[in-house]
Parts: sequence; C-alpha cells; structure tokens
Amino acid sequence: MNPEITQWDRFLDSFFKLEVMAKYLPSIIDGFLLTCHLALLVVVTGLTLGLFLAIVRAYEFWLTSWLIAVFADVMRALPPLVFILLLYFGLPAVGISMSGYVVTWLTLALVLAAFSEEIFRAGILATPKGQWEAARSTGLNFGRTLAYVIMPQAIRMTVPPLTNRTIAITKNTALGTVVGVGEILNAATTAQSFSGNASPLVMGALGYLILFVPVVIFGRWVETRFAWQKQ
Amino acid sequence: MEFIIQNFFNLGIMQQAFPFLLRGFGMTLLLVVLVIPIGCMGGLTVALAGQAKSPVIRWATVVYVDFFRAFPPLVLLIFLFAGLPFAGIDLPNIASVAIAFLLNTSAYYGEVFRAGLESVGKGQTEAARSTGLSSLQTTAYVILPQAVRNVLPDLVSNTLEVAKLTSLASVVALPELLYSADMARSVTFNATPIVMAAGFYLVLLWPMVRLLSRLEHRAMASR
Repeated sequence: MNPEITQWDRFLDSFFKLEVMAKYLPSIIDGFLLTCHLALLVVVTGLTLGLFLAIVRAYEFWLTSWLIAVFADVMRALPPLVFILLLYFGLPAVGISMSGYVVTWLTLALVLAAFSEEIFRAGILATPKGQWEAARSTGLNFGRTLAYVIMPQAIRMTVPPLTNRTIAITKNTALGTVVGVGEILNAATTAQSFSGNASPLVMGALGYLILFVPVVIFGRWVETRFAWQKQ
Repeated sequence: MEFIIQNFFNLGIMQQAFPFLLRGFGMTLLLVVLVIPIGCMGGLTVALAGQAKSPVIRWATVVYVDFFRAFPPLVLLIFLFAGLPFAGIDLPNIASVAIAFLLNTSAYYGEVFRAGLESVGKGQTEAARSTGLSSLQTTAYVILPQAVRNVLPDLVSNTLEVAKLTSLASVVALPELLYSADMARSVTFNATPIVMAAGFYLVLLWPMVRLLSRLEHRAMASR
C-alpha cells in the first residue's frame, strides 16, 4: 500500500467529497443569493444616504454639519461587528427586536454611508472655488449650483475611492453569520458541522470567489478608467 | 431614559466588567502590533515582487492580490480555523488569526504599495542608479520614501481597517476586546459591556480617523 496515495485520497475525501457537495449545493446556492441581495441592498441604501448626508453638510448649517461629522467619525472608527452585536443583543432590552438580516443590513449601510459621505464631501470641497463663484454669478441658486455644477465634477473625482470602499464593505456581509443570517458563510459552516466534512467550506469559498473576483477586477478597471491624468 | 441607562450605561456593570475588558483591550493591542507590521512587510514584498522582471512572478502577484481581496477576511479565518483540522493541521486560534490576517492585509497593503511605487517617476530610478547606488539601495533610499509619501492616506486608511479587523478574532474565541465584551454581556444579560467595548475602540481609533480625514482632504485637493 502506498501511503502517499492514501493521504491524497484522505485529502480529497475531506475537502472535495462529491456526495457531500451535491447534498449541500442547494443550501450554498440559497446563501449565495442571500449574500447577493443583502450586498445590493447595502450598496444602494448606503450610497444614497451618504450622498444625501454630504449634500446636507454642504449647506454648512452648524448643527447638521456637526451631527453628520460625529456620525461619520464614529461609524468609521467602530469595527462593524461591534455595532452588529450592539444592535442585535442590546436593542431588544429597550423593546426593539430586529432580525439578524436587518441588523447586518442596517450596520453595513450606515458604515457605507459614513465612508461615502466623507468621500463625497472631500470631492465637493476639492472642486475649485471658482466653479461656485462662476455658477452663482450666472444666477443659479445654491442648490442648483450644487446639483448641476459641483456634484457632476465631484462625483467623477470620487469614483475610484468610492468603488474600492464599497467593495470592501459589501464583503462584510459575511459578518451576518455571527447573528445567524443564512448567507454563504453561514450556509457553509452549518453544512460543515452537519456533515463533519470540510467540502461545504470549499464550496462556500468558491461561492465568494465567483461573486467577488469579477467585482475586484471591475474595481481595478474603474481605477484606471477614472484615474486623474497626471499633468 | 432610566431604562436606557440601566441597559446600556449601567455603572455597576461597568465597574464589574472593566478589568475583564481591559485585559481584552490588551489582547487587541497585541494583535494590532502583531498584525500591522507583518501585514506591511508582506504587502511590501508583494508590491516589490509585482515589479519583478519575470512575467510569471508579476502575474502570480496579481492573482495573489485579487484572490485575497475577493475573499472576505472572516471567511478566510473560519476556513483556516474550521477547515485545516480536516487536513490534520491543528492550529491554535491565535495562529489562524495571524495567518488569515497576514494573507488578507498583505494583499491590501500590496495594492497600496504598488500604487505608490508606480507613482514615482522612472527618472528617479535612472538618476539614482547612475550615481552608483545599487538596485536595492535605489529602492530603499530613493523610491520607497517617495512612494510612501504619495500613498500615505491609503496607508493610514488601510491600517485603520486592519485595526478594526482584529475584532473578527472574537469569532474564533480569541479573548480580545470584543470577545471579552460579548462574554461579559452574556453573563450579565446587559449590553453595557458592548457599549464599553465601543468606547475602547473609539479611544484607540478616533485619532486615526481624524488623521485620515485630514490626509484625504489634502490629497483630494491637490489632484
């Protein structure tokens, strides 16, 4: 008997066992779909809120500006997992119970809003003052100047950092597993403990690669496409 | 109001949990000073390998970076922690944490350093080499200092992310800050310890967030 072959067989049996893979494929696919729509929801709501906050802050009313600044700093400094545990285990004590899905969505959307608000704001501030002055002197009011003159330029500048940040935050949907959201990682670890076999983990890993490798490559493309030309 | 204080800012529980959380905070600091340097070194190695003459090595670094950037760090961590025992490799949890974070953060740092190295003009290398510096000296004394300065906001931003990343170690029962807080929560049935943990993280990371904001505004304004 050749010991090398049996070792190899044991490896295959632990990590690529076909029966186990076939059995748990449906639950991994369910997890995959859940990850997809959780990620989409986070991206859409987070970026919308971030843009909204950046616009409110551009009006420079002291109270709103201050509140938004504190919100952005706190959400950027806290690890998202802390916030998830706080919402999930803390709020029921004051009568607000949310599912793990809602908690994960809310946390990641707020984190993305905080980061994107800061990026949009940096873009708005980086737009030359002359643009404001020229637009206002043609008779546009503050809101219109912001909407038609400043934002189109600011957003273009913010595309590369925004894309990278958004990708990094959507990958955090995996944190949902800690509060029982049945996304890919949760489906994989559950299947792993039921089957006593590591094959579901391999499938879960593949699921993430299928989902995020194209996104990472897209991010690379965006970075070169929108890169500011060096003078 | 009373109710909220009772459940989130309970002084009695704070007093009880404080020493416990402080120990957790120590572990978090240890992770931070362990993971950031090895991640930086790994990233620098990846970035320098990305400039190798051999196209195979260059290609391999791109694959490495994209692979680990596509992988959520928690997935990597759980994979090492729960998967490797099946291959007969039993790692203590701090080792799986260190390896998972090294793989993840070196990919991110690698990307940052690559951008930095590319931002330094070719003329710098040529000039340095023509003064008689070796290729290694050129990289160390001429290229790297400029590269680091050019990508400083991204470096700080990434380091902030790494510091926050250490909280994931709680999922594999490493007794760092968040794990200690969650333990204290489940013993006291009260969310106060988690609020305290949030406080600790803010003390540690808020200065970094402020620094990052300042650097980012300066960078965006100079474009």
